[in-house]
Amino acid sequence: MTARQQLPEAGTELRTATAKLETGQSGSECLVKVGGDWRLSEPVPSWTGVLGEKTATSMRVVPEGLGKWDTTLVLFLVHGQAWCAKSKKDFHVEALPKNLQALLRQVAGISEPKPMAKTDVKSTWGLAGDMAKMWASHAMEMVSFIGECTLGFMDAAKKPRQFRWMDCLFEMQQCWATSLPIVSVVSFLVGVILAFQAAIQLRQFGAAIFVADLVGLAVVREMGPMMAAVIVAGGTGAGFAAQLGNMKVGEEIDALETLGVSAVDFLALPRLLAVTLMMPVLAAYANVLGVLGGMFVSATMLDIPAAAYWIETQASVGVLDVTTGLIKSLFFGLAVGLAGCLRGMKCERSAAGVGAATSSAVVTGVMLIILADALFGTIFNVLRI
Amino acid sequence: MEGKTGSNQPGMKIEIKNITKRFGAFTALDNVSLDFPSGDLVALLGPSGCGKTTLLRIIAGMETPDSGEVLFDGEDATRRNVRERHVGLVFQHYALFRHMSVFENVAFGLRVRPREDRPSKEEIRERVHGLLKLVQLDGLAARYPTQLSGGQRQRVALARALAVQPKLLLLDEPFGALDAKVRKELRRWLRLLHDEIHITSIFVTHDQEEALEVADRVAVLNTGKLEQVGTPDDVYQRPANAFVYNFLGSGVRLAGCIKGGRLRVGSLTLDGAEASHREDQETVVYVRPHDFQVERSYDGATGIGAFVARVLPVGPVVRLELFRYDTAEFIEVELTRERFDELGLQPADIVRLKPKSARVFTEDYSI
Repeated sequence: MTARQQLPEAGTELRTATAKLETGQSGSECLVKVGGDWRLSEPVPSWTGVLGEKTATSMRVVPEGLGKWDTTLVLFLVHGQAWCAKSKKDFHVEALPKNLQALLRQVAGISEPKPMAKTDVKSTWGLAGDMAKMWASHAMEMVSFIGECTLGFMDAAKKPRQFRWMDCLFEMQQCWATSLPIVSVVSFLVGVILAFQAAIQLRQFGAAIFVADLVGLAVVREMGPMMAAVIVAGGTGAGFAAQLGNMKVGEEIDALETLGVSAVDFLALPRLLAVTLMMPVLAAYANVLGVLGGMFVSATMLDIPAAAYWIETQASVGVLDVTTGLIKSLFFGLAVGLAGCLRGMKCERSAAGVGAATSSAVVTGVMLIILADALFGTIFNVLRI
Repeated sequence: MEGKTGSNQPGMKIEIKNITKRFGAFTALDNVSLDFPSGDLVALLGPSGCGKTTLLRIIAGMETPDSGEVLFDGEDATRRNVRERHVGLVFQHYALFRHMSVFENVAFGLRVRPREDRPSKEEIRERVHGLLKLVQLDGLAARYPTQLSGGQRQRVALARALAVQPKLLLLDEPFGALDAKVRKELRRWLRLLHDEIHITSIFVTHDQEEALEVADRVAVLNTGKLEQVGTPDDVYQRPANAFVYNFLGSGVRLAGCIKGGRLRVGSLTLDGAEASHREDQETVVYVRPHDFQVERSYDGATGIGAFVARVLPVGPVVRLELFRYDTAEFIEVELTRERFDELGLQPADIVRLKPKSARVFTEDYSI
């Protein structure tokens, strides 16, 4: 007990008359008398038990020695009023001070605020569920977008002159130019890495020359097309999403539509075709660089001459291996283009939307590439190619 | 404009029937029905979130309503594609094609047409220059959008929308992104342009002054519902309810009551009560801030007693913030400079107010 917590000294006017509530009945009316001081800091009576056994059809609140009051009293009256409204009884406050009545009128129209909805915090499972829902809706969007593009391509096949060939060529050039340096470096290094991994095992058996077989097949059948596709997804695919997303945010896509131009025909189809055609070219290039990477390691570390390496590669890698890889890359290109264009056109109308669309385009693109690759792996295995 | 800019196009008549549109739990439009007569410039006016842009997007075909119909010249166009509606749309943020010059932007809608109905190159050039002249940008055809000011960009956007000779022109807060002075200029210019080409136009705004100045008719929307439709004079002079009254210029709320068929505020008796108002009913009386007669308080003066809390000179008028004596209500009053100088008011001075005109609304939903 410190001195501060003791009762205030005599003379400070803090004590007030306590709030009073009296009820009585006159005829069919319940009379509620409120008196004393109704302060937030003091205990106040409540409605509990006010009506009791009484069978009133209306309620009248009258002041009796009402002192100072604040919103406590207003709140008290609002509750009474709400109760009366619910049980269809009249509620009379005419005898109360005018300003109290005015306050009561103002508060009466406001419904109680709903408890704040719990947002943000979700369990891991809840989040996983949300993600699953999102992916499901993305899949639906993708299916309908593929449909739209198919219809667009069919129209374009009928009227090839209407197709935006210049845009398509421009996008091909862009795709080539932005991807080439990265594809070069990555593919060469993939060849190098594969060669190292193979060499460690194969050297133990004195079979180092088979590094050429392993690197050749792995690069041509899988790694070349896949690495090229992933790089294009990160560069060109993301670029498509950013461009189209920006146009969506700037309402340029809406403007196109009102001018009678289909955004899919005008924007998506040339880009789709461009990246689909460009991908096998980049994949072939990646194949060459991958083999060169293997050759470099073999020549410098494993003492296998480049000529021998080349002959071994030729012997092990057939035309079919190369073509299956290139056919796959055609579909990888389509997947990257679809993901980029779709995510761009479905971009949210905000600055953050463009960023989200871009990253979503890359994720969707890479996922579609892997999906397609697995699918092709199965098909080729069944066909024994 | 020589018939090449769409001047001879008869405007389309648009009817909206019982349109409802929800986004999740949010009702953007609640059973809205509205007619847009041919050749009129109609403003959709309302606070943000009232559904006016959604309504415009539904008319343009960029949103589909959950229920209801959109009729173009009596034909059902609810399910018609945006591309088939032939509407010109002007966006708040211009939406010009950034990589195209002004000329290319305006010509775009014509150049992308299929060969069969594409005008010849000569014709396109002539029409684009005609339009650029109409929007007073003839010398800037070679510029790119980034080299233009906001007002100029919006005029290019308008020319682009008009180039395809739409039968309906939609403007989505066209002047929202411009500064006050340019906005005022463009407003006047839009009105003149409309008088020249008479195309049915619908124009979304949250600026009541803009709507009242430019439009032939004003439709006031609030929380997805249509509150009132009428000429600018109608909605301003005869607002249907308290919301319209307050939205089209500020209103001061005063507590009053009806006694003997007259309106009483404090000790004052005013006109403005109508037969439909219940006797002895406490009511809210609305007065425009400039509709107060202000007197210095002296013995025997009648009126609503109030004291001056703040004096705010705003350009040609002086705004007084007052508190009413009897109910402590806040009152905002506008005075002319001359009247203010005559009275020489200071904060804490006591005045008497007499409303020159007042309004009471039977159903008062607003808080």
